[in-house]
Amino acid sequence: MEEKELVCIVCPRGCRLTITKESNDYIVEGNKCNRGRIYGIKEITNPTRVVTSTVKFKNGLLPRLPVKTNGPIPKRLIKQCVEEIKRIEVDYHVKVGDIIIKDILHTGIDVVSTKTM
Amino acid sequence: MNYDLVVIGGGPAGLAAAIEAKKKGINSILIIDRDKELGGILNQCIHNGFGLHIFNEELTGPEYADRFIKELEALNIEFKLDTMVITLEEDKSIIAINPEDGLMNIKSRAVILAMGCRERTRGAIHIPGTRPAGVFTAGTAQRFVNIEGYMVGKEVVILGSGDIGLIMARRMTLEGAVVKAVVELLPYSGGLKRNIVQCLDDFNIPLLLSHTVIDIKGKDRVEGVTIAKVDEKRRTIEGTEKFIPCDTLLLSVGLIPENELSKMVNLDLDNSTGGPVVNESMETSIGGIFACGNVVHVHDLVDWVTEESKRAGKGAVKYLKNQLMLQKDTVKTYAGYGIKYIVPQIIRPSNIEKDLEVFMRVTDVFKNRELVIKIDNKEFKRIKKSHLAPGEMESANINVEDIKGAAEISIEVQ
Repeated sequence: MEEKELVCIVCPRGCRLTITKESNDYIVEGNKCNRGRIYGIKEITNPTRVVTSTVKFKNGLLPRLPVKTNGPIPKRLIKQCVEEIKRIEVDYHVKVGDIIIKDILHTGIDVVSTKTM
Repeated sequence: MNYDLVVIGGGPAGLAAAIEAKKKGINSILIIDRDKELGGILNQCIHNGFGLHIFNEELTGPEYADRFIKELEALNIEFKLDTMVITLEEDKSIIAINPEDGLMNIKSRAVILAMGCRERTRGAIHIPGTRPAGVFTAGTAQRFVNIEGYMVGKEVVILGSGDIGLIMARRMTLEGAVVKAVVELLPYSGGLKRNIVQCLDDFNIPLLLSHTVIDIKGKDRVEGVTIAKVDEKRRTIEGTEKFIPCDTLLLSVGLIPENELSKMVNLDLDNSTGGPVVNESMETSIGGIFACGNVVHVHDLVDWVTEESKRAGKGAVKYLKNQLMLQKDTVKTYAGYGIKYIVPQIIRPSNIEKDLEVFMRVTDVFKNRELVIKIDNKEFKRIKKSHLAPGEMESANINVEDIKGAAEISIEVQ
C-alpha cells in the first residue's frame, strides 16, 4: 500500500489530499469535491498543467499578447511548450480565444489568445 | 462635465461597480482610469485561476477582464483612459487631467473609489545595502515581463512568498531565468497553497521559510544578496548568513490600499485594513462616496472583489435614488481574538434585504478551530474551520433578522 500527500490545485481552496494505492485502485481522501478526487488520481498517474505565457505582438499599442493552452498538457512538456510559444509573432487583430498555435506538440491542445488586441 | 456617478479606477472593482449601477438604472456614469486600457492589474496577471466562483471556469486575468469590458461596452458606459484624478472634494467634484481633454472639472452626485492598491517597496521594509539596479517589486517586474516585454533579470532571488512572488517565480523560470530561492520572513507562506505547488514545487524552486534578506550587494547592478535565518521574533540569527549570487531581487512583501484621494477628502480610514471604513453598502464616512475592491482591503481572489464591487454599485444607485436609509442605529463589527479585520465595519440593517456576507482576515495560521460570532457579546454561531491562514480571506453570512436592534457583532477565533 502506497500513500502520498498532495495539495489539490483545482481551485484556490487548496484541499490537502491523501492518496492511497490499493492494488489497482486509488483512494483519495481530504477532497471537498469530486474534482479533487479526479485531480488526485491524475496527479499521481499523469500530472498535467495549463500553460500561460505571452507572444510577440507587432503593430499594436502594447508589444506582448498573452496566450494559454486551452486545456492542460502533460507537466513534462511545459518547458518545450514555452519554447514553441516563444517563436511566435502575431501582427494581426486577435480576439480572446483565437487559435495562435494549433495542436501544440501533438497534444491535441491549442494555444489561444487570452486578450483582444 | 456633469455625471450621476463617477467611478475612479477601471480595474475589476471599477468595472463591476459601474456595470451594476448601469444595470440598476443609472445612465450617466463615467469611469476614469490612468492606464491606457481598462482591466487594471488583471492585464498583467496572465496566469489562470480567476473566476472559479463567479464564472465556474478557470480564466486568465485578461480573460476575466475581457468579460467585464465586453459587458461595459454593450451597456455603453463612458470611460476615459490615460486620465489621472488630481483632486476629489467632499462635494464630489473632481479635477482630472489627460493629454487630450487637458484639465477637466467634473461634477458628480456620487463617487465610487476603486483605485486598488500598490506594492510595498524596499524602503518600506528597510533592507540595508547598496542601491544598484535590479531590485524590483514583483508586480512591477510582472508588468515589465508580461505587458512591456522586457526580461528583468537572469538569476533571481524573490523575497516574500505572497501570491505575486510565487507567480513571478514560475513566470521568470518559464522565461529562462533561474530562480535561486523564494525567501519568506514568516514561518509560513502568505500565498495560496495551489501556487506553492504549481509555481515552486513544479520547478523545484526552494522556499526558505523564517529567512530574510539582510544585505544587497552590487554597485551598478545587483551582484547578490545575503540571507539569514530569523527567530520567532523575526530577529536574524547570527551565524546563519548565506550569500546568494544573483542579478535581480524581486520583492513581494505586501500590498497597501491606495488611498491618496481618500485622505484628500478626509475619509475615516481603518488602521488594520489600510482602507476607508465602509458600511453594508460599501459607503464611506462621506455620504455618496463609496469604495470597493483592494482600495478597501487587499483581496486574494478577484471573484470577491467583483462581489464586493457589485455591492458598491448597488449602494450608489440606492443613494442616487434616495433609497439609502441613514438611520442612526448602526451595528458595528468588531474583530476579536485572532481576527485582523472585518469589512464592513458598520452595518445598517435596514439597508439589507436578507443577509450580508462579511469578509475578514485572521492574524495567524490556526488549525482545527472555530470562528465564533457574537452578537452584543452573546454567542450566536460557531463555524468549524480545519485551516485558517492570513493569506486566505474568510467570510461569514449574517442574516439581517439576527442583528436588528443590536449594537455590536464580533467575530473571534476559538
